[in-house]
Order: sequence, then structure tokens, then C-alpha cells
Amino acid sequence: MTTVPANVQFNKQKSKWTIGQIVLVAVIFVFVLTCVLPFLNVIAISFSSKSAILRGDVSFWPVEFETKAYEIIFADKTMIDCLFYTVKLTVIYTALAMVLTILMAYPLTKSRLKGRKFFNLLALFTMYFSGGTIPIYLNVRDLGMLDTMWSLIIPGLLSTYNMIIMKSFFASLPNELEEAATIDGANDFQILFQVYLPLSLASIATLTLFYAVGKWNSFADAKYYIQTRALQPLQLRLYNIIKGSTAVDVTAIEGNANSNAQNVSESIESATIIFATLPILVVYPFVQRYFVSGVTIGAVKG
Amino acid sequence: MTTAKTPRKKTGWFKRDWRLYLMLLIPVVWYLLFCYKPMAGVMIAFQKYSLVKGMWGSKFVGWKNFAFVMKQRDFLPALINTLKLNIMGLIVGFPVPVVLAIMLNEIQSRGVKRVSQTLLYLPHFLSWIIIGGMMLKIFAPTTGVVNATLLKWGWIKENIPFLSDGPTWQWTYTLIGVWQNMGWGTILYLSAITGINMELFEAAKIDGANKLQQIWHVTLPGIRSTIVVLLILNIGQMMNISFDRPYILGNTLVQDYCDVLSTYVYRTGITNAKFDRATAIGLFQSVVGFIMITAANFVTKRLGEDGIW
Repeated sequence: MTTVPANVQFNKQKSKWTIGQIVLVAVIFVFVLTCVLPFLNVIAISFSSKSAILRGDVSFWPVEFETKAYEIIFADKTMIDCLFYTVKLTVIYTALAMVLTILMAYPLTKSRLKGRKFFNLLALFTMYFSGGTIPIYLNVRDLGMLDTMWSLIIPGLLSTYNMIIMKSFFASLPNELEEAATIDGANDFQILFQVYLPLSLASIATLTLFYAVGKWNSFADAKYYIQTRALQPLQLRLYNIIKGSTAVDVTAIEGNANSNAQNVSESIESATIIFATLPILVVYPFVQRYFVSGVTIGAVKG
Repeated sequence: MTTAKTPRKKTGWFKRDWRLYLMLLIPVVWYLLFCYKPMAGVMIAFQKYSLVKGMWGSKFVGWKNFAFVMKQRDFLPALINTLKLNIMGLIVGFPVPVVLAIMLNEIQSRGVKRVSQTLLYLPHFLSWIIIGGMMLKIFAPTTGVVNATLLKWGWIKENIPFLSDGPTWQWTYTLIGVWQNMGWGTILYLSAITGINMELFEAAKIDGANKLQQIWHVTLPGIRSTIVVLLILNIGQMMNISFDRPYILGNTLVQDYCDVLSTYVYRTGITNAKFDRATAIGLFQSVVGFIMITAANFVTKRLGEDGIW
């Protein structure tokens, strides 16, 4: 009996690359390719000449290599400004969102708190029913936030889903922590900031990333609320370039005013897509595992 | 409640916990101001809303806005497209992560598995504007890599109208969605598979089950409850559709096929400033959506699984 698992183990070791495994990996490889090739295609277009693109010659490798599209983007000061503005927006939003999430989640884990059920329900109900696009839009308008940076920060500040993840993490910490700190004379704020938060850094990191990536990628709120060009975040700017209502300013490079509107060529659009993707790609390898753990926690505890 | 841990007098609860309430203050005010106030704002669906008079001063007109909207030429198509695109996405897209998760789980080489997962999750992290922008390039007629390659190889005689023909556009929309979610969707299934007792696999092996039989008799039953719960929750979301995805992928050539409730509300409410009518559409959508999600939760609870309440 005891030899059987050992045997199985042995077989496993030996037969790592059976025919079945090779076929399996080949099939997975096809799926993976579908995730990689679109990027390679857009990168290739961004480095190719206009004529090669129009002939349909560009697949996954640049044809008639040139870097003009990137030169144009980086010479357009408003694009760089837009990038920094979006970073600023994301940082402010994420910081405020985390503060609110923690402040809401922590008290709700205390069973002694009177009215806990009520506050819980207050938060939960919003996951099932919302006023809808227009009442929210009118609310933002009534508060005088339309066409300001705050319209992109305040209305979506708290995600109840993230708040529940935070709450379930706080609840998983042993009660004795609080009891011991209370005996030492700490009040609730001190317990939260000096005992609970240092122990929750992994969860805080996960939720910070949830909020940050969400904000970086958000488009609809900007489309609804923002008119002024300087207040448009990157996704809206990208949308306008793709759909052709805004041109990248090519005059800085070509010194030719009349080519401005005409010259949103394929390669510039592609380069802009890459430009907007790059920040995500840079952080992606580091943040991916936090996301995976966040999803499983959210599903189990939520 | 007050007796067990803190033997203080009954009125002491606020004195004891005022700091906790102070913490709650800002988030609760936020909930009231940005979630519940707009909920009260749905009453303009029953008004002839005037920007000057606001929601407290406008005249109530009963169900008139609803009646008006239902008669609009583009309301019914938007509703049908919403449901149709969601159902297509569910039927085509739902099984893909299940299959992919089982395959990923069978990969022996950890390195291959990890790299595959990292790359498969990637589309989930990008905005729909980025993905949409890429797809508009890839599926473009003549210059797009798909059409250009197929033409070059002689597999097709003329361009496939991925983005310009209505029904074809709906398939393009669906497949892009399936593609975007297929990797990310595996996470919950993979974690469910790791939860299966290894002894079951050992026992099946000893009984002479081959790989496929193990998958059929051990893996699939092991993740059955996860599949059922996710399926029901997905069905509960049928009325909801994002704004970004149809808006970036759609175009005027396929207007009758790509217009959904979210884009219709945007056009009616924000572009054309018919706030009351657009709110009526939104309210209709919210109420039906609420009923469906609540029903979905009820069903999962009855099946003995954890709902999301």
C-alpha cells in the first residue's frame, strides 16, 4: 500500500513531458498567443511607415521601421501633461479611497458596535441598487463638480466590494489584539492605526492596486463629466484620438500647421495605445499575484 | 450584548464607542450623498424635470416618461441588444474559463503554467478603451492584420466585415469579451480545483482511471458548485451592460446592433439633456436588474451555496 504513492510519484517525475503534456501545452500556447499577438501587432504598427500599414503589410514585426509616431507623441506637450495628470488623479483617488475604505471597514468588524447591522445594510444595498447614470450625473452637477477633477475622484470613491474584502481581513485578526491594546490604555484610533494597520499591509497593498488600476482604466466618468481638454484623463484622450475627434499635435515635429488635423495616422494611434498601456505593463508583473489573491478572498468572504 | 465583554451601564455605549462612530462618519456621509441621494433622484423619472426648478420643484407627471420612452423607435432595439449581447457572451464565454482552468491545472511544468497564467490574465488589466483601440486596428478592413493575412493566404476573397456588418459585429463584440475574460475567469475555478481532496485523485488512479476519466469523475464534480454559483450570478447580471465596451467598439454603420441601454441612456440623458426620460430608462433597468440579482442570490442560497448577501 505504501509503495503505491511512491510509485505514482516516480511515474510523475519520469513522465513530465509525455505526448499528452506536449499536446496540452501546445493548446495552452495557442490561447496564450491570442493574448500576446494583438499587442505585437499594435507595437509593430506603431513602428511602421504609413505606406506599409496602408498596404496591409504589417503583421507582428515593424515594416519600414521608423520611430516618428513616438517622436510626435513625446513632442506633444499635452500628451505628457495628460500622463502626469492621470497619475496625479490616480494617486489622489487611491489614497482617499483607501482612507474611506479602512474607516468604514474597521468599525463594522466590532460586534459590540450598536447599529452595526444598519451600517452594514447601508453599504450592502448599494451593491444591488443604484440611482443610475443620470441621477448620479445630476448629483455631480448639483454639487458643482461638473468639469472639475473632483468629479472623477469623489463620486466613485468607495467600492463596497473592496470594503467587504478589507472588513473580512480585519475580522480574521484575533480579538486578543484589541483586548491587549485596550488594557494598555489604547483607544480605537490607536488600535486601528498602531495595531491593525501594520498587520494588514498585504491586504492594503492589494486593495490599493484594485483602486489604482480601476481609476487608471476608468473612462465612462470622464466621458460623462469632463469637457475641458486639460482635465481629460488618459483614457478619454486615447478614446478621442482613436475615434478621431482629437489630433495629436504634430506641428511640434513637422513645423507645419495644416498637417495637424489630417495626420492622426494609424501609427500615431497605435503608438498612443502603447503609450497608455506601458504604465500598466510596467507594474503588471509585480501586482498580478496580489490581484489573484484579492479575487479569491473577495469570492470566499464577500 | 453589552453584558458579556464590557460590563458597563447601558447608556455607556456611545461614550465607549464614539471614536468608532467618528470613523464611520465620513464614509457614511459619502454613502448618503453619493449613493442614496441619487437613489432619491430617480423620482425625476416621474417628473417633467426642469433644470431650473430641480428635482424638488419639478412637476410630477406619473408614468408619462416611461410611456414615452417605450414608444421610442430605438428603445426596444437597445433593450434587445443588451440582452442578446449578454446572452451570447454567457453561452460562448462561460465554458471557456472552466476548460482553460482544467487544462492549466493539468500542466506539470510549473514554469510553463506560471508564464501562461501571467499572459492570459493580461487583457483583464487593460481598459476597454485600450483593448477596443487595439481590436479596431486588428479587425479593420484591408489594413487590419486579420483581414490582410486571410486575403494574402487566399482563404477569403473579400474582407470579413467584422466591424461594419451588424450581426458580424455582435459576434466580434462577443468574442472580444470572451477573449478578455477567459484567463481571469479561471482564477476561481483554479482555486476550487486546489480545494479538491488529493486522495480522490489517488483513489481514481488506483482504480485505473485515465486522465480524462479523472477530470470527468473527480475534477468536474469537485468544482460543480463553483460553476453553478458563477452561472447563476452571471444570469443575474443579464440586464447590466458596461458603457465603455459597446461605446468604443460600436460605430454608426452598426448603430442598430451596437446600441445598448447604457449607450442609449448616455445619448438621451447627457448628450440630449432629456434627463427625466433617461432616468426612466435607467430606473427600469435598475429595478429589473435588482429583481434578477436578488432572485439569483435566492436560488444560490436554496442550493446550499453561499450567495453574495
